[in-house]
Formats: sequence, structure tokens, C-alpha cells
Amino acid sequence: MTLEVAGFWVLSLLLVGSALGVVLTKNLFHSVLWLALALTGTAGVFLMLDAEFLAGVQILLYAGGVVTVVVFAIVVTERLVGTRLAHTSRRVLIGGGVAALFLGIMLNSLSRIVLPTSRVPMESDPTRLIGTAVMTRFILPFELLAVLLLVSLLAASYLARPEE
Amino acid sequence: MGLYAYLSLAAVVFSIGLFGVMTRRNTVGILLGIELMLNAVNINLVAFSRFHGEVTGMVLTVFAICITVAEVALGLSIVILLFRTRRTAMADHVDWLKG
Repeated sequence: MTLEVAGFWVLSLLLVGSALGVVLTKNLFHSVLWLALALTGTAGVFLMLDAEFLAGVQILLYAGGVVTVVVFAIVVTERLVGTRLAHTSRRVLIGGGVAALFLGIMLNSLSRIVLPTSRVPMESDPTRLIGTAVMTRFILPFELLAVLLLVSLLAASYLARPEE
Repeated sequence: MGLYAYLSLAAVVFSIGLFGVMTRRNTVGILLGIELMLNAVNINLVAFSRFHGEVTGMVLTVFAICITVAEVALGLSIVILLFRTRRTAMADHVDWLKG
């Protein structure tokens, strides 16, 4: 067993286990902590795919930013200690059935098609390629994204403004 | 590891996120499930991009991460607004439009 295979299995177990923790724990705050672990595991998968820049963005934006914002929202809407934080699940059988059905369809169709087993070498460093592509071919979506971020920032601060 | 392994891993994570979205009562819990599903999609994009030696998927992942952050900020501000007007964060209690 090579190092790559072993690393992939460790990361897979970490990712799937923490994802299960997100959807199965009874405590909402613990859910968020499991999500932080799952996002960090995803960053590890990005590292295995030679995307160092994306792994950094993943940790900075997701595990740093999103988790912090979610914790703030929990602090505002629930009490951190006490019974309110317990969040239950409903219709577990239907949800599990639909998820298992989806997974079955996906794995079945994945096993039918021929997928590449080896990697085509990138032209140069992926980070350099990403930067070049964002500034040339994808310049219009990039600028639109800036507008989107500004609009969502204004909208979020408007919706969550303090009561008069 | 071939592309199949990465796509299968992403499919498993997506299914877990789908399960969370369908079963959680708390709106914040539903948002966490959506986060998991978006992550699975990002893994797919990066894996396809790497195995084809083409950078487009990674650029799309950068965009997807940015849009996710905007979505989380908006979703959570809606949750806070909901809590302020209804004193609840449970999705079942949001039934103003029910006749």
C-alpha cells in the first residue's frame, strides 16, 4: 500500500466520519465543530489533488470564516448551555431512504462509465494557472463575483440590523 | 487513486449532507447540511480538474467557495431575522403562509 492510498483512506474516513457527526449529533454546537473538522478534511483532499491554493482558501474562508459566523448565529438564537441547544431530527427513515437511493444511483452510474485512473500533468503550478485564468478568461465572472459579495454584505447587514 | 475514488467519496459526503438537510429541524442545522453538499461538489470539481490537467474546475471552485460564503451570511441573517420576529429557529414553526 503506497503512501497516497493510505493518505486517501485516512482522509476519507475523517471526512465521512465528521460529516456523519454533523448530521447525527444531538447538540447543535457540536455539529458546527464536526463541520469544521469536515471542512479541514476537505482541505486535505484538495492538498492530495495538488491544489494548495484551494486548500488554503478552504481553511481561511470555510473553517475560519463560515464556522465563526455560524457560531455567532447560534449564540444569538440559542442559549449555549441548556436544553434549547439540543436539535432533533425528524422523518429519519424518509431522509435516510432518499439519501441512500441517491447514493446508490450515483455509485451505480459511476461504476458504469470509464474514468481516468492517472493524472494528466498540469502545464505549470496550479496556483499560477488559477491566477492567470481568473485574470484573463474568467475576468467577467470575477468582477461579477465582487458585485455579488458587496450586495450580499449589504443585504446581510440590512436583514440583521438592530431593532429600532 | 483514480478519479473514481474521489468521485465516490464526494457522492458519499453529498448523500450525508442531503440526509442532514432532509432531517434537521433547526434552520442552522439545515444550513450545515447544505455546506456539506457544497463541499462534495467542490471535491468533484477539483478532482475532475486535476485528472484532466485543466485548471477550469479549480477556478470554478474558487467562485463556488465565494458564493457559498455569501450564501451562509445571507442565510444566517435570515435565521436571525426569523428568530427576532418569531422567537424560534425551527423550520417547522415557519408556517405563516399556511391557511
